[in-house]
Amino acid sequence: MSITKDEARKVAHLARVAVDEADLPALARDLSGILDFMEQLNEVDVEGVEPMTGVTPMRLKRREDVVTTGGMPEKILSNAPDAREGFFAVPKVVE
Amino acid sequence: MTELNTLTIAAAREALAKGEVTAAELTEACLSAIDASGALNAFVHNTPEMAREMAVAADERIRQGRAAPMTGIPLGIKDVFCVRGVPSQAASRILSGFKPEYESTVTQNLWNAGAVMLGKLNQDEFAMGSANETSCYGPAVNPWKAANGAPLTPGGSSGGSAAAVAADLCLAATGTDTGGSIRQPAAFTGTVGLKPTYGRVSRWGVIAYASSLDQAGPMTKTVRDAAIMLGAMASSDPADSTCADLPVPDFEAALTGDIRGKRIGIPREYRVDGMPDEIDALWHKGAEMLRDAGAEIVDISLPHTKYALPAYYVIAPAEASSNLARYDGVRFGHRAKLAQGDGITEMYEKTRAEGFGPEVQRRIMIGAYVLSAGFYDAYYNRARKVRALIKRDFDTAFAEGIDSILAPATPSAAFPLGSTAQDDPVAMYLNDVFTVTLNLAGLPGIAVPVGQDKAGLPLGLQLIGRPFEEGDLLNQAHALERAAGFVAKPERWW
Repeated sequence: MSITKDEARKVAHLARVAVDEADLPALARDLSGILDFMEQLNEVDVEGVEPMTGVTPMRLKRREDVVTTGGMPEKILSNAPDAREGFFAVPKVVE
Repeated sequence: MTELNTLTIAAAREALAKGEVTAAELTEACLSAIDASGALNAFVHNTPEMAREMAVAADERIRQGRAAPMTGIPLGIKDVFCVRGVPSQAASRILSGFKPEYESTVTQNLWNAGAVMLGKLNQDEFAMGSANETSCYGPAVNPWKAANGAPLTPGGSSGGSAAAVAADLCLAATGTDTGGSIRQPAAFTGTVGLKPTYGRVSRWGVIAYASSLDQAGPMTKTVRDAAIMLGAMASSDPADSTCADLPVPDFEAALTGDIRGKRIGIPREYRVDGMPDEIDALWHKGAEMLRDAGAEIVDISLPHTKYALPAYYVIAPAEASSNLARYDGVRFGHRAKLAQGDGITEMYEKTRAEGFGPEVQRRIMIGAYVLSAGFYDAYYNRARKVRALIKRDFDTAFAEGIDSILAPATPSAAFPLGSTAQDDPVAMYLNDVFTVTLNLAGLPGIAVPVGQDKAGLPLGLQLIGRPFEEGDLLNQAHALERAAGFVAKPERWW
C-alpha cells in the first residue's frame, strides 16, 4: 500500500497536525513503510473470528447514575493556556 | 554499612523495622545519588521537599507501629503518572507546564502505603518508543556502558525508571508497559520488571497511550521487591471500569521457591531469524535452570506470534489517535502562538505540530488512517481479529496445562543511543517482537536478569503467566533469579 502526497496531507488533517508542504513526501514514505509492514496481516485466515474488544472476559461495570464529583471550576481551569471569567478561551469559532 | 540507596525494598523494610535506619536517612541517600546522576538524565522533575516531608511522616508511622510493607521506601515515578502538583507531562512538550490537580490511583496507593516520592522519571514521549529517544527531555542513559565506552540506551519507554533502579538512585520505580515498556528496559539494565495482568492495576491518572494495552507495574532490583511493590500498587478501582474487582493477594507469600511439577512452555515461534547466539544460549540456560529446579520443560506452539507486531502497530496507534485527541491546546499544556486570522482548526493543527514529537505524530496519523472510512475493516478490524487469534494461542497453551512460558525478553542487549535509524520506524518496532504478544493477550509477564553478553552487558529472560496469577509467576521468576544468581552492577562513571 503506497500513500500519495495528497493522502498524506489528508491524514495529517484528520489527525489535526500541521505538516509543511515540503515535508509531505517524507511523511508519505514513512506511512507507506509502516502500512507495508501491516500488510502481513492479510496472510492470516480470520474467517469467522470476532474482533477482540477487551482482554478480560468481564461485563463492563455499572455504577449508579449519580453525580459523584464537581464544583471545582478553578481546578478544572488551572492548567488552561487561556481561561477567562470561568471559561476556556479559544479563537473565534462562529463569525 | 552499605550505601542506603543500594538497598532492596525487602532489606530496607527490615532495617526500618529494626530501627537500624530511618526513612529520612534512606531518602537523603537517594537524593544525594540523584544529585550526582545528571549524566544519566533519569530524573527529570525532582521533588526533594516532598520526599523529605513524606520520609518524616513515614518515620512517625513506623514509630507508631503502623508500618505497611512500603512505608519509608523512596521511589521514582515515571513521568506518565499524574502526581498532584508535580509536573506530569509523559515526556511531551504538549504537556509542558501541566501540573495535575489530581493523583493517579497507583501513586495514591503507594503514598497510602507510606512510600516516599523522589521525583519524576524520564521516558519516551507518551510511552511511544523503545530507546527513550523520543523524550522531550532528551534520552535517559543506561548506567551500563558499551566496551568502547559508547553511551547505551536504557531501553524504553520506561528508560528513566530502569536507569534509576540500576544506578541505585531509588529503591524501586513505577513503569508502564503497553508493548514491552517495562520488560525491555529491565532486561537492558539488569533489573526486574513486571507487567501485571491487564486490569490488575488501575489506569486512572496514568496518561493514556493505548487503553486496551496499557498497564502499570513495578521496576525493582529483585523479584521479591516486585512482589512487595505490586501488592502496594494493585487495587480495584471504581474510577477505572477495566480494573478488575478482585482481591489483591499477598504476592510475597507466593515466593516459596518451590516450582516442582510446574509445566513451563518454550514457544518454538519465538526462535526468530537473526536472533543472536547469545540470546539463544541464554534461553537454553534459563530452561535448564528451571528444569533443575524441578519444572517440566515442554515445547509449545503459539502459531500467530509473527503477526503480533503488525497487529500491535495497528491497534496501539488507533487507540493513541483517539486518546491523544484531547491535546488540543484548550484545557491544558501547550498552545501554539497564532497568526492574525487563525481560527480554531489552525490552533489545533499548529499546537499539535509543535507539541508532539515526530514518532507521536507518526503514530497518531497511522491511527487516524487505519480508523478512517474505507480502511477501518481492512486494517483495524482485521488487526482486532488477529489479536483474538493471538489470545486464543495462549488460551490453548494454558488449557493444555502449561503454567508459564519462557522466552527471551529482547532480541539483543542494550544498543548505543542514536544507533536506531530515524528514517526507519519499523526497525525500531522490531525491538518489541518478544514483548507485545502478551499485551495483546492481557497476560502478566516479568523480565528477570539471567546473564551477560560477551561485552558484559546484562541479558534478561521473560516469563509469561496465566491471567491474574502473578503470585505463581513471581514464584517461578524467583526460582529463575535464584538459579541465575545475577549480581553484576554497572561500574559507576556518572
